[in-house]
Amino acid sequence: MAETHINTISGKPLESQEYLINMGPQHPSTHGVLRLLLTLDGEIIHKVEPHLGYIHRSIEKMCEKDSYTQIVHLTDRMDYLSSHMNNEAVSLAVEQGLELEMPERVKVIRTIISELTRLSSHQLWWGVFGMDLGAITTFLYGFRDREMIIDIFEETCGARLTMNYNVPGGLMFDIHPNFQKRTKAFVAHFKQKLPEYDQLLTGNVIFELRTKGVGILSKEDAISYGVTGPSGRASGFSNDVRKHNPYSAYSQVEFKEALSEEGDSYARYKVRIQEMWESLSIIEQLIDNIPEGDYKAKTKAVIKLPKGEYYQKVETARGEFGVYIISEGGKSPYRLKFRSPGFSNLSALDHMAKGAKIGDLVVIMSTLDLVIPDIDR
Amino acid sequence: MDQEQLKETVLSVAPETEFEETGGFLNVTIPSARLHDLALHLRESEDTLFDYLFCLTGMDWPEYMIVVYHLKSTTHGHSIVIKAKIENREKPEIDTVSDIWRTAEFHEREVFDLFGIVFRNHPDLRRIFLEDDWMGYPLRKDYVDEVNIIEL
Repeated sequence: MAETHINTISGKPLESQEYLINMGPQHPSTHGVLRLLLTLDGEIIHKVEPHLGYIHRSIEKMCEKDSYTQIVHLTDRMDYLSSHMNNEAVSLAVEQGLELEMPERVKVIRTIISELTRLSSHQLWWGVFGMDLGAITTFLYGFRDREMIIDIFEETCGARLTMNYNVPGGLMFDIHPNFQKRTKAFVAHFKQKLPEYDQLLTGNVIFELRTKGVGILSKEDAISYGVTGPSGRASGFSNDVRKHNPYSAYSQVEFKEALSEEGDSYARYKVRIQEMWESLSIIEQLIDNIPEGDYKAKTKAVIKLPKGEYYQKVETARGEFGVYIISEGGKSPYRLKFRSPGFSNLSALDHMAKGAKIGDLVVIMSTLDLVIPDIDR
Repeated sequence: MDQEQLKETVLSVAPETEFEETGGFLNVTIPSARLHDLALHLRESEDTLFDYLFCLTGMDWPEYMIVVYHLKSTTHGHSIVIKAKIENREKPEIDTVSDIWRTAEFHEREVFDLFGIVFRNHPDLRRIFLEDDWMGYPLRKDYVDEVNIIEL
């Protein structure tokens, strides 16, 4: 409870009590339809209770009726900013079941596009994070650079966001003849621009005051809450699937897992900036070395997985994304579970926001980088 | 710890365990009554230290229900999958593990919401996605969906 104040006229103590307020489902800083029920004492948060389900589409139930090629198309409607990685997770799980080895060309192209997707997701995050704190410029900068990547995707597969470029057995199409040229042009461009991101926010006094020491998550709590991705790594929880369980071409490239010890909002910010540099480096290592060969392995028109269980995890821009398939031998799974990073990351929000102010909650939510369809599924 | 040692550790706590290797992990199937003891042992014991619960979900089979726990140790790097078998399909109940891994609180609410499995001692067991007055549990195999958009 708050400290007691005395009414200066009557001389009696003023009473205070907790009250409830809804944040969302239509609130600009929730970046989607997330409703938080806040228990407040003045401006201090006592409890954050997320109310979910506004866009729950029951994707897991739909998968039980769909073929494996159809399932891929549902996954980029979950975390739409990591659509390529989500597609890749399902494709890899199915390939694991079929015991298909992918051509080297597929592995390398998948990795390059994954990293481009990660970059575009972090750019968008950086833009809206600045905007959540009142800095409109960052939004324009982030979207300007992101547009170049989205244009490359559009030329590659015809879609800008929900790409479906991965299919079980390889890729939907081969890369466009311009792909390498445009990707290299983007990398050169963004290497010039990324230091500007630092200049705009990183050293800014207001920015540092609003993020340093805000929403601290310890390493033990990050593990216990299953907070993965950049948010978990900022607490010192080494969980990068690309390092721990390499898939596609990640075992061929050198990169550092961005880690930090502080676990506050500033650390989560720094980790994502560091990750953008690492992604650029991965793309540079691979872009001139795309092997010749097929962009697809031979698969049957109707894919049936042998009876058994398959689990595949990948690193999306938000953390560990898992696909768990239980097959009875048919053309659709008996049960399919998506372990989405956003759902677990959100579970730590109440713990992180306890005792903070409402303004801090906006910062904490933004540095967790929540995408609501990924939580609701 | 290699798989043989893991098997021995599990057997010392739950003697009636069945083992299976599938999905790239060691799978152990135990009766639901043993779950909390085994989970606590695997989390606390120095040789196992399974501190990271990365996936928790339910499964509906014709005769029984299963709650699946995917565990990893961030210290040792090994993984294990626990499958807790609930024989009573009509009134499924199991102990919560949200006191061991905090992330289970949300995941168990999801399983309760979609499978109707009740987690004993859960701090806040309510539906998480669907409305409170929703009838039935959609991920059960016998759930009748009148407006199934795929079959329409």
